[in-house]
Amino acid sequence: MALSHEFQALTKSFSGFGVDEKSMISVLGKWHKDDIKSYRKESPHFVQDDRLFEKWVDHHVDFLKHEFLRLKNAVVLWTMHPWERDARLMKEAIDGPQAYGVIIEVACTRSSEELLGARRAYHSLFDHSIEEDIAYRVNDSHRKLLVGLVSSYRYEGTKVHEEIVKSEAKILCAAIKNADRKNPIEDEEVVRIVTTRSKPHLKAIFQHFKGINENLDGESTFDKTMQCLCTPQTYFSKVLDASLRHGADENTKVALTRVIVTRADEEDMKEIKEEYHKQHGVSLSKKIDDEVNGNFKDFLLTLIARGE
Amino acid sequence: MATLTVPQSVPSASEDCEQLRKAFAGWGTNEALIISILAHRNAAQRKAIQETYQQAYGEDLLKALDKELSSDFERIVVLWTLVPAERDAFLANEATKMLTKSNWVIMEIGCGRSSYDLFLVRQAYHARFKRSLEEDIAYHTSGDFRKLLVPLVSAFRYEGPEVNMTLARKEAKILHEKICEKAYSDDEIIRIITTRSKPQLNATFNHYNNEFGNAINKDLKANPEDEFLKLLRAAIKCLTCPEKYFEKVLRLAINKLGTDEWALTRVVATRAEVDMQRIKEEYHRRNSVPLDRAIAGDTSGDYEKMLLALIGHGNA
Repeated sequence: MALSHEFQALTKSFSGFGVDEKSMISVLGKWHKDDIKSYRKESPHFVQDDRLFEKWVDHHVDFLKHEFLRLKNAVVLWTMHPWERDARLMKEAIDGPQAYGVIIEVACTRSSEELLGARRAYHSLFDHSIEEDIAYRVNDSHRKLLVGLVSSYRYEGTKVHEEIVKSEAKILCAAIKNADRKNPIEDEEVVRIVTTRSKPHLKAIFQHFKGINENLDGESTFDKTMQCLCTPQTYFSKVLDASLRHGADENTKVALTRVIVTRADEEDMKEIKEEYHKQHGVSLSKKIDDEVNGNFKDFLLTLIARGE
Repeated sequence: MATLTVPQSVPSASEDCEQLRKAFAGWGTNEALIISILAHRNAAQRKAIQETYQQAYGEDLLKALDKELSSDFERIVVLWTLVPAERDAFLANEATKMLTKSNWVIMEIGCGRSSYDLFLVRQAYHARFKRSLEEDIAYHTSGDFRKLLVPLVSAFRYEGPEVNMTLARKEAKILHEKICEKAYSDDEIIRIITTRSKPQLNATFNHYNNEFGNAINKDLKANPEDEFLKLLRAAIKCLTCPEKYFEKVLRLAINKLGTDEWALTRVVATRAEVDMQRIKEEYHRRNSVPLDRAIAGDTSGDYEKMLLALIGHGNA
């Protein structure tokens, strides 16, 4: 007879992120067919069918499909050239259900050269330019912002003009205060500043905001854009946290793989871990250890630990 | 096709530098020697000459040229000597300054360069001006002009020959609708013109002509004084048949009372190693007189000699 802790182990290994391969092998592989039948009768993943057998719940099989694929997706993404990786992420975001967040994330957190590389890879992979596909698919007020972000080739030096920073901080402030009446991303001066100025310049503007208690940590497109440009570690920490929460949908969960694979070799992984710890009181590794299963978990933890 | 002619056996960069140094030496300047060297070297060779000159004499060749030469001759020699990416970066920056403001120069750079060359311009701009090309252009333009020019210089158009005919038909229709509504700076017009590949645009404009009876530029002539429409028509022309666009710039520059030397210099310096041959043919066809003769009739001295050398006149 199967033991209840084996039931529990198996149920756990069929939930959350990834799958616990070891449990499956040691428990399932060992069980007698009567044990498996008992499991089916007890498990919420099966329903009693009218024709007298226990049937898998369809959407749970789907769920399992996603979870078994997580390691494969992570490995394929990890081994890809960063340019191809970013180009494919953007393509998915453009084709999929309006995932502007990913477009903003890639366009704003990569260096100017990395973004250029992604644009070149996009040409090779999809026979179009990124900007033409985004402009074509995005019909609303987000178009100018997204096309501008993806077309930018920001100056990467540290030189910043204080007077211009001050005057542009004023412009952005006014737009934020007016946000109830007009979405800041529809203001052409806001778009100009956010899509063309260098990151050091934008960070200096961001400092001005902190001085007047304007925090920009909301969920609006404008806030997300500013976060990605000025404090990417804060943005990434939020995205990771959302992905690890119970009940998160697939679009949110998939960010876990994306963020870790795309930032693992960057300088900001260290900062992301620190920020995560600061915001949530627990280390990212520990949280992943708790919420993620099996080989997928091991892969992620190994990636995060690089460079330590 | 380029009109730049480079001799069969080219002297080494150091030999060229020595000769140039000799040309600067003493009281006068040997302009003919300068022309005979610089007007017959390609971009890579000119770059090598600049670097060698700096190493050999501790001085920037461009600064030396600035000291020795003057006026229109100096401008064309200096512009020509720069490699294309740096030249375009210089011209773009100049076009944002108050006294030399020009939306046309910016449009030419955005439309008349290949995707890759345009990116080289953006890199050269970072290096020289410590800001990005698009931030300066955005800052110094406004309204409809900004809406058109910033995406034009930020584009990284797909360069393959593939054309989607269904899309071309669809977008020709969209353009026609917006033009009929007189919504000339509508987002859709800007989107199509600033993001589609050049072959795709060509197909779209051909469809427009077939379907609606007029070339798109004819329909955009509704208001002849409208500066934005002029720029939009020019952008369309420059994107699809640059030789016709540049022929017109040259024609207007030469026919103008006096001469528009800035435009003449700019077109010759920027196209001599690109498609000046086609522009010459177009000019002859349109004006019944060869470009060399028109330039000779309208300019003089060393300025004229440099222009003629660059457009392949004789084997000066």
